[in-house]
Amino acid sequence: MPVDKSIIGRKGEPVTMHVERGKIREFARAIKDDDPIYFDEAYAAREAGGIMPPVTFLQTVGHWDDGRGRPRVPFDLKRTLHGEQEYELLAPIHAGDVLTAVSTVVDVYEKPGRRGGSMTFAVTETEYRNQHGTLVARARQVGIETGQVVKD
Amino acid sequence: MAATTRYWEDVKEGDALPEMKVEGLTRTDFVKYAGASGDFNPIHHDQTFAEASGNPTVFAMGMLNAGILSRVVTAFAGRPNVRRYKVRFATRAWPGDDVICRGRLTRKLVQGSEKLVEGELEAVNQKGETLISASFAASLPSRG
Repeated sequence: MPVDKSIIGRKGEPVTMHVERGKIREFARAIKDDDPIYFDEAYAAREAGGIMPPVTFLQTVGHWDDGRGRPRVPFDLKRTLHGEQEYELLAPIHAGDVLTAVSTVVDVYEKPGRRGGSMTFAVTETEYRNQHGTLVARARQVGIETGQVVKD
Repeated sequence: MAATTRYWEDVKEGDALPEMKVEGLTRTDFVKYAGASGDFNPIHHDQTFAEASGNPTVFAMGMLNAGILSRVVTAFAGRPNVRRYKVRFATRAWPGDDVICRGRLTRKLVQGSEKLVEGELEAVNQKGETLISASFAASLPSRG
């Protein structure tokens, strides 16, 4: 089946996300990172103007999204893999910030798979703006729908 | 651990970044990351579901490994200086696996008022299989 290019440009609804200190600490612990910039207020204020979240913390937007924030990509979830994830960190993010995330499907394309059949790639870009309207981060996620059920 | 200050003038292309290792991932690690991140895909914590999906057991979220690997960059450059981090998922990490994280600088450049370094990273398991390959850009303070 040819790849459906019509989903390019499809947007999710804006998601509001509060960057919370407790969640930052929990996330830092989950990735086994004891850098005090994630929990020591005095240290973080001196080094970075306040507690910052880890680099991959924006993944936690899922806690704030009831599902409407993700533009629908018609992939079969049993055959879908997370291929790539990229973060561009454009301005500082601190505990206490309120971010608004808007996700857009920016590309869909097909490639032949290594084991025959074809794989479909969907690239979703999410822009995060803070309470002042500043673009603080851009995330790009590549989802892959494989030709058959995912095995290693 | 807090990052130590490194100056742009004192690093060069090809420099290795300090290696970092997590020994023996546990199912508890997966559950902690599930709660922290909101990724409750049962394939990462529910043995029954994992088996029904054709897996011998649960396996780590790729983004857990990506978070662990990101520590090589933040320990080197300091969290506020990280400008870009990109990961590509290769193979899965299972309970008991080690996550060994390495990196090296590939390029020094000046962009506007910022002095930047770019680098490549990889996380491998105890058999040397690549779990993730990654790249990054970070700004470093300048002596000049």
